Amino acid sequence: MGSSTAPGRFARWLDSDIWHSFRTSPMAIVAALVAAICVFGSVFAPWVTPHDPFDLATLSLSDARLPPAWMEGGTTKYLLGTDDQGRDILSALFYGARLSLAVGLASVALSVVVGVALGLLSGFVGGHTDAFLMRLCDVMLSFPSILIALLINGVARALWPNAQDTLALGVLTLAIALPGWVHYARTVRGSTLVERNKDYVQAARVIGVAPLRIMFRHVLPNVMGPVLVLATIQVASSILTEATLSFLGVGVPPTSPSLGTLIRNGNDYLFSGDWWITIFPGVMLVLIALSVNLLGDWLRDALNPRLR
Amino acid sequence: MLAFILRRLIQAVIVMLTVGFIAFMLFQYVGDPINSMLGQDATQDQRDALRKDLGLDQPFPVQFARFVGNAAQGDFGFSLRQGRRVSALILERFPATLELATAAALLALAIGVPMGVYAALRRGRFGSQLVMTLSLLGVSLPTFLIGILLILLFSVTLKWLPSFGRGDTVAFGSWTTGLLTADGWKHIVLPAFTLCVFQLALILRLVRAEMLEVLRTDYVKFARARGLHERSVYFGHALKNTLVPVITVTGLQLGSLIAFAVITETVFQWPGMGFLFIQAVKDADVPVMAAYLCLVALIFVVVNLLVDLLYFAVDPRLRLETGATGH
Repeated sequence: MGSSTAPGRFARWLDSDIWHSFRTSPMAIVAALVAAICVFGSVFAPWVTPHDPFDLATLSLSDARLPPAWMEGGTTKYLLGTDDQGRDILSALFYGARLSLAVGLASVALSVVVGVALGLLSGFVGGHTDAFLMRLCDVMLSFPSILIALLINGVARALWPNAQDTLALGVLTLAIALPGWVHYARTVRGSTLVERNKDYVQAARVIGVAPLRIMFRHVLPNVMGPVLVLATIQVASSILTEATLSFLGVGVPPTSPSLGTLIRNGNDYLFSGDWWITIFPGVMLVLIALSVNLLGDWLRDALNPRLR
Repeated sequence: MLAFILRRLIQAVIVMLTVGFIAFMLFQYVGDPINSMLGQDATQDQRDALRKDLGLDQPFPVQFARFVGNAAQGDFGFSLRQGRRVSALILERFPATLELATAAALLALAIGVPMGVYAALRRGRFGSQLVMTLSLLGVSLPTFLIGILLILLFSVTLKWLPSFGRGDTVAFGSWTTGLLTADGWKHIVLPAFTLCVFQLALILRLVRAEMLEVLRTDYVKFARARGLHERSVYFGHALKNTLVPVITVTGLQLGSLIAFAVITETVFQWPGMGFLFIQAVKDADVPVMAAYLCLVALIFVVVNLLVDLLYFAVDPRLRLETGATGH
């Protein structure tokens, strides 16, 4: 990789195919903007949000269930209204998205690491290891991920009935990550099988490079393209899975609500006409999922040389 | 063909045994069956007696074999929370879920296939673009949110349809159905539509993609050249050949319909198995979880087998190539 100075690398990036394809795709730009705003707002939630929804001192029940500012009875103090405990919805949104994004990203990272490692191993070693891992994938794939996640959750509850909040978050991340690695393992295995027989790998073998080094330094960079695309789309589906689990009441602990928990809370007030408690977190969730999905679609097309 | 089916059967048995093993491990290491049956304050003698009675003092393979034997007869012991037989609980809830999932699958096919054909034939026009955008939204919207939105619109705002429960049901022995009463029909509309949206979007996109592919082939051109009516070309020749992947996906998705039913049933408080399962997960009710797991696995395996068999009915080429796998 020859670029020696930072400006040179940046200039090359501006000149690259990917950047060009990004610039010329309005859908990708809009999706990236929406995703960027959501990520920025969530990461810096304590600084950008108008209120701290979890600071009990500032909450007052007299502010409970206020409608959004533009409706009758709403105040500009709470732009999107308040929930049943008087928490500012707008602030709770970003705090909630923060947790959703954290769990989503962590579980994807976990399943990428496990999946890529097992996929490389499976494709590179072959034989019984390969057969065993692929049969395992078949069994896991035949179950919807939400069921596996629910099951892990239930087992964890049975094993540690009085689990701490942090443990609950860990179990949740694991529960979402565990069904996910299969996809990466299969993709990476497929590409590894192709790469394994190429000349550069043979050459590395001939000059005596250790198999592990070949796997990680030579093969891995060449199979990461599809993994990147898959991971982007999985971020969206992980966030949705987390929201679903939280909505079902088996997700994050209620003390630190994610978007799913917020929707669940609001669901109880739907019939009294307080739609904003549910709908705004729902819109936020869909915005995040949709923009990440669109980015994933674009990335897939941009990285696919056949479509250029 | 026989070899293929046999191989599939063996695969199915292996999957079931694996799932059974997981369920068995749940029973063994999560929650103590003795405690759950006798309660906390039984004497040691009583415990030992029951342990021997249940065969829990036997070696591991014997216990597993016994578990598989019991499970095959539908015996999963007692629910830890409700104190009733798990088989009775599940049997009571099963009709509701089956009804919901079937209604959703039929709805998805009935709407998805024609809309997919439409989107393919009117490619690039406004209507088709609209359909495709809507379907993208359908894939991105989480099931529970769709349910909430439908409730907000049709139950809270318009007050047209009820938002929870099954309504009036008619019982035939242990089987209950809501499809024989007007009230039952009213109650199934929203949950069934909620459940079908994801499948609908999937089928629609699939049918469109396959149709576009098929419409480019020579035999469609020849059919047109022969002067056949457009409609008979599209539906008699083209659509027929898109059906193999559609059958696969619909079949495989039947399983996820049952999985997503967990969510839909929670949103609409539909008294089905999924609702039972969620309750079991919350209460760490191991026998119910294990039984549900085995039942869902069984449904999956059976559906997959049926889909494989359907291939032979739909695709004559497979009947000629003996021993061919997949499509």
